[in-house]
Amino acid sequence: MATTITMPQLGETVTEGTVERWLKKAGDTVEKYEAFVEVSTDKVNSEVPAPVTGTLREILVQEGTTVATGTPIAVIDEVGAATAEHTASAPPQGKAEMAGSANVEPVPGFNLPEMPVKHVAAAGAPVSNGHVTVPSGNGAAAEAALRGASPAVRKLAREHHIDIRTLRGSGANGRVTAEDVLTASRMGPAAAVGQAIISAPQTPQAPPKAPATPGPGGTSTYGEPIPGTLIPLNSARRIIAERMVESKHTAPHAWSMVEVDVTNVWKWRAREKDRFERDTGYKLTLLPFFIRAVVESLAVFPLMNAKFTAEGIFVEKDVNVGIAIGLPTNLVVPVVKNADKLSIKGIALACADLIDRARRSKLSADDLQGGTFTVNNNGANGSYASAPIINGGQAGIVTMETVVKKPVVTADDAIAIRQIMNVCLSLDHRVVDGYVASGFLADLKKRLETMGPAGVL
Amino acid sequence: MAVAEKTSEILNNVEAVRQTLYEAMKNDERNVILGEDVGARGNVFLITKDFVKEFGARRVIDTPIAEASIVGIAVGMAMEGLRPIAEIQFADFIYPAFNQIVGEAAKTRYRSNGEYTCPLVIRTPYGGGVRGALSHSVSIEALFYHVPGLKIVAPAFPADVKGLLNAAIDDPDPVLFLEHKKTYRLIKGEVPTGHYTIPIGKADVKKSGNRLTVVSYGLYVHWALEAANALEQEGMSVEVIDLRSIRPMDRETILASVRKTRKLLVIHEDNKFGGIGAEISAMVAEEALFELDAPIRRLAAPDVPAMGYALPLEEEYMSSPAEMADAMREMVRF
Repeated sequence: MATTITMPQLGETVTEGTVERWLKKAGDTVEKYEAFVEVSTDKVNSEVPAPVTGTLREILVQEGTTVATGTPIAVIDEVGAATAEHTASAPPQGKAEMAGSANVEPVPGFNLPEMPVKHVAAAGAPVSNGHVTVPSGNGAAAEAALRGASPAVRKLAREHHIDIRTLRGSGANGRVTAEDVLTASRMGPAAAVGQAIISAPQTPQAPPKAPATPGPGGTSTYGEPIPGTLIPLNSARRIIAERMVESKHTAPHAWSMVEVDVTNVWKWRAREKDRFERDTGYKLTLLPFFIRAVVESLAVFPLMNAKFTAEGIFVEKDVNVGIAIGLPTNLVVPVVKNADKLSIKGIALACADLIDRARRSKLSADDLQGGTFTVNNNGANGSYASAPIINGGQAGIVTMETVVKKPVVTADDAIAIRQIMNVCLSLDHRVVDGYVASGFLADLKKRLETMGPAGVL
Repeated sequence: MAVAEKTSEILNNVEAVRQTLYEAMKNDERNVILGEDVGARGNVFLITKDFVKEFGARRVIDTPIAEASIVGIAVGMAMEGLRPIAEIQFADFIYPAFNQIVGEAAKTRYRSNGEYTCPLVIRTPYGGGVRGALSHSVSIEALFYHVPGLKIVAPAFPADVKGLLNAAIDDPDPVLFLEHKKTYRLIKGEVPTGHYTIPIGKADVKKSGNRLTVVSYGLYVHWALEAANALEQEGMSVEVIDLRSIRPMDRETILASVRKTRKLLVIHEDNKFGGIGAEISAMVAEEALFELDAPIRRLAAPDVPAMGYALPLEEEYMSSPAEMADAMREMVRF
């Protein structure tokens, strides 16, 4: 075994020493405790005893040279030991360098499957390759979720083969908690994708080519249900079920409806829609007009943009409007963030993008987080009134029902044909009472009825 | 806990100390009490009231106001076969004895290569919340915590006071025995009668829970329990560990709890910087980083030189049960 001898510290405050004289030369044998080199400092001269018996293989620092304490100055091959550790051609500092960088081991539990860490293969390999790389193609929020993941979350995710980026967190600011990972794990591997209704998109199942046949044990799928069979719950269905039950059981729902004359908005939209589609490639629907009116009403009635907690009613700072989007096999509610800061056009573009990506299963976890109020465009298929279930952790949800032409008695007792739409509100009665809720609905009605028929999107 | 008899009685912490000392004096002639006002005055909290009448002035010794001498003399007694129980009247006055404690008592066994030991107990009331101001409020544990060879005990409950004081008296090495003065008459509890010991270095889970581990000691254990019980009503399950012994530290109990709850909050009355919480945090970070689901948090006194006399200053220095509950809530929800 080779023993490296370093410059000793010759005094409490001494940081360097000079090799004064080698008492042995390379190849000489030295006895343990035998002086083999003389070193000096500005305070003291001293002979250094050999710590082992062996052969002085190599002198690393020449006489008259001053080096820092701890610097290798010689190598002694211990008697009877193989000389494996240190090749003669290595530079003087080689040993120290190797000790410093060669043993870069991945930290146990820290090296996630989706975070390949390139390891330094050997001393001297470029260390700059050692940084963490993450596959591209995920949203910034997903990456933030990964970066913010606690050690426990990382470890559990690795153990349970779950991609943290696909989870919707229940912790502070949407943080994925260790419990979230365990929950996702309990619900099966598929649950890693698409926590929450309302959360991540499920990949739509490819339409079956052949007529559907019952699966083993008489099962079928949600997309292709067969009478007399059981559809095993996938994670999306299970989560939708859990969230719906939870909301219905914890939030006492109350319901109200107003009839809104949307004739002018309808005209406004009709005038703008062709240009909008030409400019943006998206169709202009009534939804962004409606959301604009909703966020304006929320500003007047902040209690509608709030949630019930054990400590009290938390009034949300941001206005993030979720839009419920029905898909063939599930339901998602992506969120238009800070909708109150957007123009009608801005809302229209945000909605169009979310709807488009929802249909292509390209929503990110971030798209599905942070909603403070929900809008459900329920009227597309002719629904005239509905009683929606509140998205958990919000004060209310409003629907847009179908727009129908109706004879209306006007203020001056004439009969006119107007475009009429019902707006339904479910509210969490723990957060608001009818007084606030009906005020909100009346305000929303007034805004919608006074929008258009002209204006800037 | 080796309980000799099953019967018990309700005592406060002063009575628990008094009873334990009395039994020790009665059962072992080597036990000697020395300190300021421990004799004729019977200690400022009347812990040794009438002891001098029963055991005599040679075993209950009133000393001058000279803390270095109190501990220095006690070290000599201990090395030569007595079992002294020295008292520093208030922990705030312990500084003159620092050299005797750290430089002498703690090193006796090591210095003499095991030939001498120093079976010495140094009792002292510490801690604030009593309008004690700058010289009757201090926490001193962190100053001595760094010293190998010294055991530090800070029980919060009367039964633990008795069991750990007995263990300290039996211990062959020096033990700094800290008594939180606000708990003296405030805290009452069931105490088994007869002689028993509680091992030094063993923490106690005073309340079990699964969402957060809270580690504390002294007065704050009681406040942390109050906060944790309030959170229980809110559906948040918090585990509260009473360290009881500050050094040696019961790593196993802390780690087992943190591995279960994945979150750690350390609460102490002493200053945060370099306090007991720093060591616990470092230990948990070293041993259980990959079990942690939240940053470790310490709730402790700010970096100001002392607890002020004015009530707002005292309150600002100390953490209230409400502040503890807030910190716990934030961590559970994190």
